[in-house]
Amino acid sequence: MTNETLAQYANLGVYSAMAVFTIAMIAFAIDLAGTAPKVSSARPRKAAGVAMMLTRLGGLLLIAAVAMRGLSVHRPPLGNMFEFALVGCMFVILVFVAISLRRDVRWLGLFVIGPVLLTLGLAITVFYTDASELLPSLKSVWLVIHVTVATFSVALFTIAFSVTILHLVQTWLESQDPEGMSRLRTIVNTALPPARSLDRTAYGIHVVAFPLWTFTLIAGAIWAEQAWGHYWNWDPKEVWTFVIWVVYAAYLHARATTGWTPRAANYLALAGYACILVNYMVVNVYFVGQHSYSGM
Amino acid sequence: MDTRPDESDVTQPTLGPVGMMRWAWRQLTSMRTALFLLLLLAIGAVPGSIWPQRNIDAGRVADYLASHRITGPWLDRLGFFDVYTSSWFAAIYLLLFVSLVGCVVPRSKIHWRAMRAQPPLAPRRLERLPEHGEIEVDGAPEDVLQVALGVLRARRVLGRRSGLRRWRIRSADEPGSGGASDGRSGDGLSLSAECGYLRETGNLVFHAALIVVIVAVAVGHLFGWRGDRILVTGKSFSNTISAYDTFDPGPWVDTEALSPFTVAVDKLVVTFEEQAGGAQRGAPRDFTAYTRTKTSPQAPQVNQILKVNGPLKFGGTSVFLLGNGYAPVITVRDAKGQVLMREATPFLPQDANYKSVGAVKVSAASPKQLGFFGFFLPSEYLDKDAGPSSFFPDLKNPALALGVYEGELYPQGRPQSVYTLSTEKMTQLKNAKGEPLRLLLKPGQTAQLPDGRGSITFDSVQRWAGLSIRYDPGKVLALGGAIAALLGLIASLMIRRRRVFVRVRPVGRRTVVSVGGLAKGEDPGLGAVIEDLLSAIAERTGTTV
Repeated sequence: MTNETLAQYANLGVYSAMAVFTIAMIAFAIDLAGTAPKVSSARPRKAAGVAMMLTRLGGLLLIAAVAMRGLSVHRPPLGNMFEFALVGCMFVILVFVAISLRRDVRWLGLFVIGPVLLTLGLAITVFYTDASELLPSLKSVWLVIHVTVATFSVALFTIAFSVTILHLVQTWLESQDPEGMSRLRTIVNTALPPARSLDRTAYGIHVVAFPLWTFTLIAGAIWAEQAWGHYWNWDPKEVWTFVIWVVYAAYLHARATTGWTPRAANYLALAGYACILVNYMVVNVYFVGQHSYSGM
Repeated sequence: MDTRPDESDVTQPTLGPVGMMRWAWRQLTSMRTALFLLLLLAIGAVPGSIWPQRNIDAGRVADYLASHRITGPWLDRLGFFDVYTSSWFAAIYLLLFVSLVGCVVPRSKIHWRAMRAQPPLAPRRLERLPEHGEIEVDGAPEDVLQVALGVLRARRVLGRRSGLRRWRIRSADEPGSGGASDGRSGDGLSLSAECGYLRETGNLVFHAALIVVIVAVAVGHLFGWRGDRILVTGKSFSNTISAYDTFDPGPWVDTEALSPFTVAVDKLVVTFEEQAGGAQRGAPRDFTAYTRTKTSPQAPQVNQILKVNGPLKFGGTSVFLLGNGYAPVITVRDAKGQVLMREATPFLPQDANYKSVGAVKVSAASPKQLGFFGFFLPSEYLDKDAGPSSFFPDLKNPALALGVYEGELYPQGRPQSVYTLSTEKMTQLKNAKGEPLRLLLKPGQTAQLPDGRGSITFDSVQRWAGLSIRYDPGKVLALGGAIAALLGLIASLMIRRRRVFVRVRPVGRRTVVSVGGLAKGEDPGLGAVIEDLLSAIAERTGTTV
């Protein structure tokens, strides 16, 4: 039993959120472009203010879209790739807004809204799946527990990924001669926080995301035991969840190992995110396994 | 994992055999090696998701080998179809296991001592520590140091996140701190405080719990078993090895001592998506099996519902509903109308629309045995290329499409699959035009076989439930280990291990308070702790900063 009208409204919500995010992204870009070197940090940042407002508005639209999608199918909207993408984007925006309430992260806006827009675009075109009921094996409370936490930690990993990339860029810029830098490089260099601070932020987010991913792994194993009779069967999705866990564990170990610079460790974090992308986009669609719920 | 400094640049005497062992052990348990093994484990796990695995789907492995005649056997030799039981994968995780033990044991010893030891004395120059602050306050140095002690004991004052932190304090006035002389290091009175011992405890718990998980997996492998059984509705089975279609015991399982329960499936209700279009059409929506169970032959019978996600439990043994399909009831008669065989024969689904294959073996037929091989189609239509196919998984237009063979069903009595026909000693029957004979039967229909071989009737359709029965004595331990690992991980990542040193020295009638902070690993909050401590001291000594 599905309600097609509500599902249509949900899609409308996604399109509106995308429109709002597009404007927000442009506003964030204008704000960053307006960063002039050696100007006091108290410059008025009207564009960034507008962008933050629009980000919150877009976030509300996404929440509405997720809610309507869930209502249209009478279940948590976590059953296929389209719905994972939608909920994941919602979490990314929520986390970003939550961080922005405590810290000035206007510099990060562009690099959070950008990936979110890209994902939403892919979701509504490539991953789109008609609103429908679930496979019997998915009908469990563990769907809410396991998939929600998985999606939330992927959202955190996504933000951490953006910050890590920015850290590498800033590290590179900081190693350059400030006099001979091009205007674009100077702007980026001044607009972003210092590399050390970026590195700390990225590490801080990773440190929250990793235990959540560990929980995802454990909850998934408990559910697998209930649904398939074995808590661990090396299904491709299980393999990649494990690989992601191991790579990020290696990242955390590298941070604590003398002889590994933060930069080298950060490359491991990037590798971990690459594994997340493989897990989401390649394993769901191309690998044969018990997690073949892409809906495509 | 060893955090001692690297000694590779030190000239060492020649190592004897014991020395070599020690050296190898140090290398294996070093953090660098552990990191390398972790990455190797990640890379080693990947092939298992790319190539089909025997433990999951042996059929796909066979298909792969058949279509890759050159690379296939090589991949097989290298264990790419049994990655997780291959020797090289085992080598990685066993080395990691040893490395883990080699890391946890010595670190536990060190931590045990550290937990009961006093914090170290304040270093001579606090301004060289990562965080440092200094203020001048009213009062005598001894009194100000007492104030600092009070602030640290009050716990709740320092830093936003250090709410429930208990500081372990060493000061000149503490009994058992080694005497007043300890406090007189450098050029004034001092105290040291440390908190966050739980960080290391959590870290050790995490690593030790991983060892527990690995042990639990091994226990499950050695003492656990799984069996699969296809059960046609209306039939029952009891938990003995002979009742299983496949049975896969661990090496130390006592197969004579399985718990003696029985399960009968009365009815299987299956629903498929009829509304939605696209890829969702025909997707399974609900499987429910209505069962009657007994925990032992003498026990009372209980009606129970078995669903996907809702297994039946018999002590530590669980019965899962993992599959379902159709079992057409087929009757074969001889030329005189005598029933040679009447049976519900399970057919195995091949695609999402339950086009199913199966075989009917009539060993009672004479003079030659008869075999039927072909498809059951729940919603039959004729595809131009693929022949008889199914357009929906439910029974909308059920039909049987069969070819007929005669000859010897079981050449040399070799065991064979019940779902396929071994045709090496059989010949296919032909129709009048000399083409292979193909039968297409709807329920209730009967087909006469040529030349007085008798007839075959498709009576009705029943469903079967694919039951998977599992026993894993390690799973509770694995869960406990996993939860302990998670809690340990959270503690080790969220709790900060911090050391704070306070030194006071007189400047005229006032006192200069110097505070230094040191943390293990990244700690962006340490500065705030130092600031809070200084402002609390200022406040309590009545100084306005």
